Amino acid sequence: MAEIPAPTPAPLPARARARGLRRWFEPARIGQMSRGGSIVVYGLLVLWSAFVLFPFYWLAITSLKLPVDVFDGPSFLPWVDFTPNLHAWADLLDFSAKSPLAETLTPYRNSVIIAFCSTALCVLIGAMAAYALARIEYKPRLGNILVFVVLMVVTAVAVGVYGVDLWIAAAVGGALFVLLARSVGRYFKRSVGNADILFWMISQRILPPVVAVVPIYMMFQKVGMLDTHLAIILTYTVVNLPIVVWLMHDFFASIPIDLEESAQLDGASRLMTFFEIVVPLARAGLAATTLLVLILSWNEYLVALFLSTTQAQTLPILVAGMNGGEKGILWWTMAVVIIIMIIPVIAMALLLQRFISKGILLGAVKG
Amino acid sequence: MATRDGTIGGRRPGEDPAAAVVTTAALRSGRLAEWFDRQARTLFIMPAVVMILIFSIFPLIATFILSLSRVRLRGGGYTMRYVGARNYEKQIFGSEQWHFLGTFEEVSVLGWVVTAAGAGLLAWWLVKYLRGRSGRVSVVGTIGRLITASVLFGLTFMFAATLFSGTRLGTLGVTLFYVVVGCGIQFLIGLGLAVLCAQPIRGRTFFRVVFFLPMMVTPIGIGFTFRMMADTGKGPFAPIWQWIGLGDFAWAVNPWTARAFIIVGDSWQWIPFIFVVLLAALENVPRDLVEAGHVDGAGGWQIFREITWPQIVPVAATVMLIRVIEGFKLVDLPNMMTGGGPGIATESMTLHSFFAWRALDPAQSAAISYLLLFVTVVLCVSYFMLVVRKRAAVHG
Repeated sequence: MAEIPAPTPAPLPARARARGLRRWFEPARIGQMSRGGSIVVYGLLVLWSAFVLFPFYWLAITSLKLPVDVFDGPSFLPWVDFTPNLHAWADLLDFSAKSPLAETLTPYRNSVIIAFCSTALCVLIGAMAAYALARIEYKPRLGNILVFVVLMVVTAVAVGVYGVDLWIAAAVGGALFVLLARSVGRYFKRSVGNADILFWMISQRILPPVVAVVPIYMMFQKVGMLDTHLAIILTYTVVNLPIVVWLMHDFFASIPIDLEESAQLDGASRLMTFFEIVVPLARAGLAATTLLVLILSWNEYLVALFLSTTQAQTLPILVAGMNGGEKGILWWTMAVVIIIMIIPVIAMALLLQRFISKGILLGAVKG
Repeated sequence: MATRDGTIGGRRPGEDPAAAVVTTAALRSGRLAEWFDRQARTLFIMPAVVMILIFSIFPLIATFILSLSRVRLRGGGYTMRYVGARNYEKQIFGSEQWHFLGTFEEVSVLGWVVTAAGAGLLAWWLVKYLRGRSGRVSVVGTIGRLITASVLFGLTFMFAATLFSGTRLGTLGVTLFYVVVGCGIQFLIGLGLAVLCAQPIRGRTFFRVVFFLPMMVTPIGIGFTFRMMADTGKGPFAPIWQWIGLGDFAWAVNPWTARAFIIVGDSWQWIPFIFVVLLAALENVPRDLVEAGHVDGAGGWQIFREITWPQIVPVAATVMLIRVIEGFKLVDLPNMMTGGGPGIATESMTLHSFFAWRALDPAQSAAISYLLLFVTVVLCVSYFMLVVRKRAAVHG
């Protein structure tokens, strides 16, 4: 303690008590917690842990309850308040019957396929673009971009309002772009740089998905791809692309360029340099980004709601669809489905917490 | 990584890692390799650009066109007719105004006071900028601030005419309520938890892992779990409800309790994100600065305000930007917990747009989503330019 004890022989009891209380909040050494302080801190942390963990607990015990136990009001402790029963879980393994849980299997498979494929595609495409933006200089002409946007508007109007076939419109638009870019585009001297392209890609994240999803629905309807895995995979890839580009760009930019230069002096091509030298060096960042994107695609709801009906239905859609219906909510069944839906992500979060939070930090801390 | 090697194999058939040297030589001499090398610039970036153009920019344009037309569905196909801004008019001034902006009746005295206060603040802010005390005045800066100020004034008036006049909020107000109140609460609690976890105590790793968990959980699952827990008859807090005499009280019937419950669920999920990022920022604060503060006799609060806070402000501003962007997209929780009810009390704009789509009115749905885009972009860009960038400039 820094203060010098007061010389008074008999201090007032109240003050003495105050000092006694205060001792609890004086740290013994700098950089250590005082006893009172640590009690307060632990108290708050335990309180918050309870708030975080209780929903999981409630979900788990609800899945073990009979309907009677659920409707009789809350009961908290298995074997004390109620007898745990595996009936809801047994339904899950009962594939023969047309039980509500047997129907979970297809959405589960769909979710796995969609999450993994879209993550792989997204990380591949995004990492390549991020690397290119970190290493190669791009200078697209502003004029070409303008021409392109104008043609896109014209195409959209032609397809939507005048009912021109999508493929024909796209082909004509593409051909016109090539022609115009070679003629008109040349007269515009101004161009945009890598930073602008990067910003453009990242800023796509601001776009609320609901803005884009109706035309995406119509496009897939035109080509007959509604309710397929591929449609959802492609859409998820684009939705998560900004995150990958953003995180990986910072990561690639922080890798020293010397190795790549020497590889190129040895005659390696860009692609080879990327896959054989840069990717292994950026493994940690790639792993973190992959996990993050995987979880985001696993949890996604809105896009799947629009693009899937039965064949490609994902787990979140299944769960949301079970919320209601003629039999009312089957709380125990839903608890089981939600548990099997969140177990993979919880397991990943527990095992790979460091990696995932690294992915989150890559972007946010660097700004 | 195995997947990466697999991709290489898929990209250029005939290559496997063991024979990489041989293939390198073969490719180097081959025409294919030369072509690849020349096209590498394009090959690297084109997939991403094309994907974004097809699935993001084209839909963006198409939605805008859609929002300017009337769509009639006819057995499998549809017809579109240009109607100008009529869909937007309907949402802002017309028959759908109650749904989007809220029920407008007589503006109360409190409403006028709030409007005047808002207008005064915005005017003061603009004048302060135009006098050039805080830096250079530019044309772009002035126009940007005028846009920000007019949108903020419009929103202030909307709240004054609904919330402060005792009528119902529309989906825009509800969305902003989720974003402002929800994100505010989440920031405060997330910061508090990060500060607690940055203390030198035992078991930090445990708390860190536990606090991190909710972020990973599927929002739909969270929605259901919280709905289950909030049930006043079967939920875990039923005894408490009954004890305080609210046994037959249904929280989903009162607009404000329903909104509060959605914010609780949203916070449960998103506080971890803010916590994780701010904790990392706190741990990056140089230790000697804090210790110097201790030696100089500064108290805990003083050290936080004078030393720690300025160091973490840039990160805090960025993390809140990300959070706010995601906050505007909220849809799963309201849909799962209340279905947007009671009435439209918990309907976010995304959900509003989805309901319009489900009611086979894609044009209205497009108009609503464009209005959401407009509000999101104006507010997020303003926040970015006025807060994030400034902080980054000041603190390096």
